[in-house]
Amino acid sequence: MFPKGTKRKFSDSREEPVAGGEDVNQSSLAAVRMLSSYSLQRQSLLDMSLIKLQLCHMLVEPNLCRSVLIANTVRQIQEEMTQDGTWQIMTQALSAANAAAQCSADRLVATEVLCRQTEAAQGEQVPKPFPVVGSEGCPAEEVLEEEEAAAAEVGMTMSTVSPQAPTSYLPGTFGMDPCWEEEETGEDDDDDEEEDSEECGSGSEGEERERDSLVEDTRTAEQVFGTFEIKNPAPSPDPALEELFSDVDASYYDLDTVLTGMQSVPKMGPYDLLESLSSHGPSPLSSSTSCRSDLNELDHIMEIIVGS
Amino acid sequence: LLRSGFRLLRDLNTFRMPCTPKTLQMLILLLFSNTQLNLIIAMLFVTADIISTVEFNHSGELLATGDKGGRVVIFQQELESKNQPLCRGEYNVYSTFQSHEPEFDYLKSLEIEEKINKIRWLPQKNAAQFLLSTNDKTIKLWKISERDKRPEGYNLKEEDGRYRDPTTVTTLRVPVFHPMDLMVEASPRRVFANAHTYHINSISVNSDCETYLSADDLRINLWNLEITDRSFNIVDIKPANMEELTEVITAAEFHPNQCNTFVYSSSKGTIRLCDMRASALCDQHSKLFEEPEDPSNRSFFSEIISSISDVKFSHSGRYMMTRDYLTVKIWDLNMESRPVETYQVHEYLRSKLCSLYENDCIFDKFECCWNGNDSVVMTGSYNNFFRMFDRGYRQDVTLEASRESSKPRSVLKPRKVCTGGKRKKDEISVDSLDFNKKILHTAWHPQDNIIAVATTNNLYIFQDRL
Repeated sequence: MFPKGTKRKFSDSREEPVAGGEDVNQSSLAAVRMLSSYSLQRQSLLDMSLIKLQLCHMLVEPNLCRSVLIANTVRQIQEEMTQDGTWQIMTQALSAANAAAQCSADRLVATEVLCRQTEAAQGEQVPKPFPVVGSEGCPAEEVLEEEEAAAAEVGMTMSTVSPQAPTSYLPGTFGMDPCWEEEETGEDDDDDEEEDSEECGSGSEGEERERDSLVEDTRTAEQVFGTFEIKNPAPSPDPALEELFSDVDASYYDLDTVLTGMQSVPKMGPYDLLESLSSHGPSPLSSSTSCRSDLNELDHIMEIIVGS
Repeated sequence: LLRSGFRLLRDLNTFRMPCTPKTLQMLILLLFSNTQLNLIIAMLFVTADIISTVEFNHSGELLATGDKGGRVVIFQQELESKNQPLCRGEYNVYSTFQSHEPEFDYLKSLEIEEKINKIRWLPQKNAAQFLLSTNDKTIKLWKISERDKRPEGYNLKEEDGRYRDPTTVTTLRVPVFHPMDLMVEASPRRVFANAHTYHINSISVNSDCETYLSADDLRINLWNLEITDRSFNIVDIKPANMEELTEVITAAEFHPNQCNTFVYSSSKGTIRLCDMRASALCDQHSKLFEEPEDPSNRSFFSEIISSISDVKFSHSGRYMMTRDYLTVKIWDLNMESRPVETYQVHEYLRSKLCSLYENDCIFDKFECCWNGNDSVVMTGSYNNFFRMFDRGYRQDVTLEASRESSKPRSVLKPRKVCTGGKRKKDEISVDSLDFNKKILHTAWHPQDNIIAVATTNNLYIFQDRL
């Protein structure tokens, strides 16, 4: 069988949503269910891909080909989700299930407290990869940039967080307010970044929040199997030991544990309800640009809510 | 060809050491220091021995293997002897040496694996044999030479090398060569280092026998075999902004006859043929080989499974073969629009792509190879299966490389994977396949029907005598 028993059986066949039907109520409900099922699968695939991107930075040196392929897959999914306007459908589906009120309360509470615990948000966030400390311009850094870029190009995600800044990896601080660090560096970079980042300038906070929820995910995972730290450059451990550990591929264990821990009904992202509140939510054919501007506005609304 | 059978010639696992002395040292240390690491130790015994490349030389007399521990083991075919006709074609260990050592890049705090990614033989020019072996960052040229006689009878030295007392020298004599037990020496003649930022995935010796190329994820360099401190960059697909990186180089090879032509494949399923006469930097391809995507098979995994893991020219130079995750394709160099032949290696995996993505098997890089007259191609699969496709007869066969199924001298039995509901006798169902047992590396003797098949840490040599 597979090296690591698949705890969840993925239905590999895609189900295309069926449009319309004679009985409007039944068919629409069925359509929503089928769509949810497909979205669930797609969501799972996205989560899995993001975890893979995260984990691959823990190993000796990431396999660039694999990273690029996974990042392309992530980008593909996010583009499709954006084009589908999946956010709206999910919103409607969940509100139909009468869970909206509770969700919204959670959402507001969650986003009120930045960098604190959040639910596993829907997969638009891209994890900040564990930075491998090294000199600037080295390929490890470049790979990180590429991951950041994959995030940036994606519809909902915000500006590229600067990986060039020596956000050196300090295992202790990882769970503790990285958003504040990023906010500083993000602002610095906004001036220097190219135009597609500039559009998301004020959206850096949003990206932080997205990442915060992922911080929580990783922290949960962290609790499960200890620190993520693999390479501690300062007191360099015995290279011989490093070499031995490099052969150990613990990723399967990690994947399994994390997937189990993270598996949950896809929760609404922090902006789902707000989008429905907002006067112009993204249309199904909206470009990523308009998504970003919408989210800028939502950020603004968020600030007001949080402030009060 | 495929109706007659391949027989197991030799299971060469018995010749391989479990691990390098250095690893053994560290293991002993670990055993005493931390008993919780026993599981890791067990894995290390296995991992150091994982075969990572297999290559016949140009005559087929020598077979080189590289492993994850940085070692190269060379096997030599025994010559046909009238006394022992059955011994013809047996391969025995000829030479073993440590090609690469693990290194630590202090600047990036990353380790450089010693795993041998590729071995390529140079055409033989004199008595010695030369091969190129490479890990992720450094290529080395090794000279393998034999010594079967030694001089004896020096005037000034004793047999053990000590100098004689000059006063005892009373006669003048000329040293004479006496036969000795064959000794095979491997010595590094060139080290080509510091030219690759990314991981080297391919090396290929040019038909001019003076130059060779080395390819990493984003760049291809051209070397002169004599010059180690300089190489020319001939392909560079690194984007100015790494954020825009979406495609990497996966394999590259020189044309077997035209010394100005080479191809490289990408993770997006394209192959580019370049002519070095056109310009110094071959970023502009001369030909682009790409098959249009089949829209009915489109999924989130389409790009990943289209990524080409290996590209090989036919011996004739007219065709080239590419291997992606599910298929082997033969391309005519004169037609860029689509391959002339497509062979399904394990189409039954198409419905399992999501699971294979989850366990990372979808990223496995299978190699492929031609037989001597380009009539049959071979590639590996899972469950220790490997597949052969006869281009002329349009037949294919699945064989298994394992201890249980390979009794010496008995013909290999064709295997079959059952995809439908009812499983026939001797068939194996898709769900029973062992995805840990993968055959990534295979090689075919340049003239005879002798094949080398590498499972995770065993090497099998099969021979087909008509």
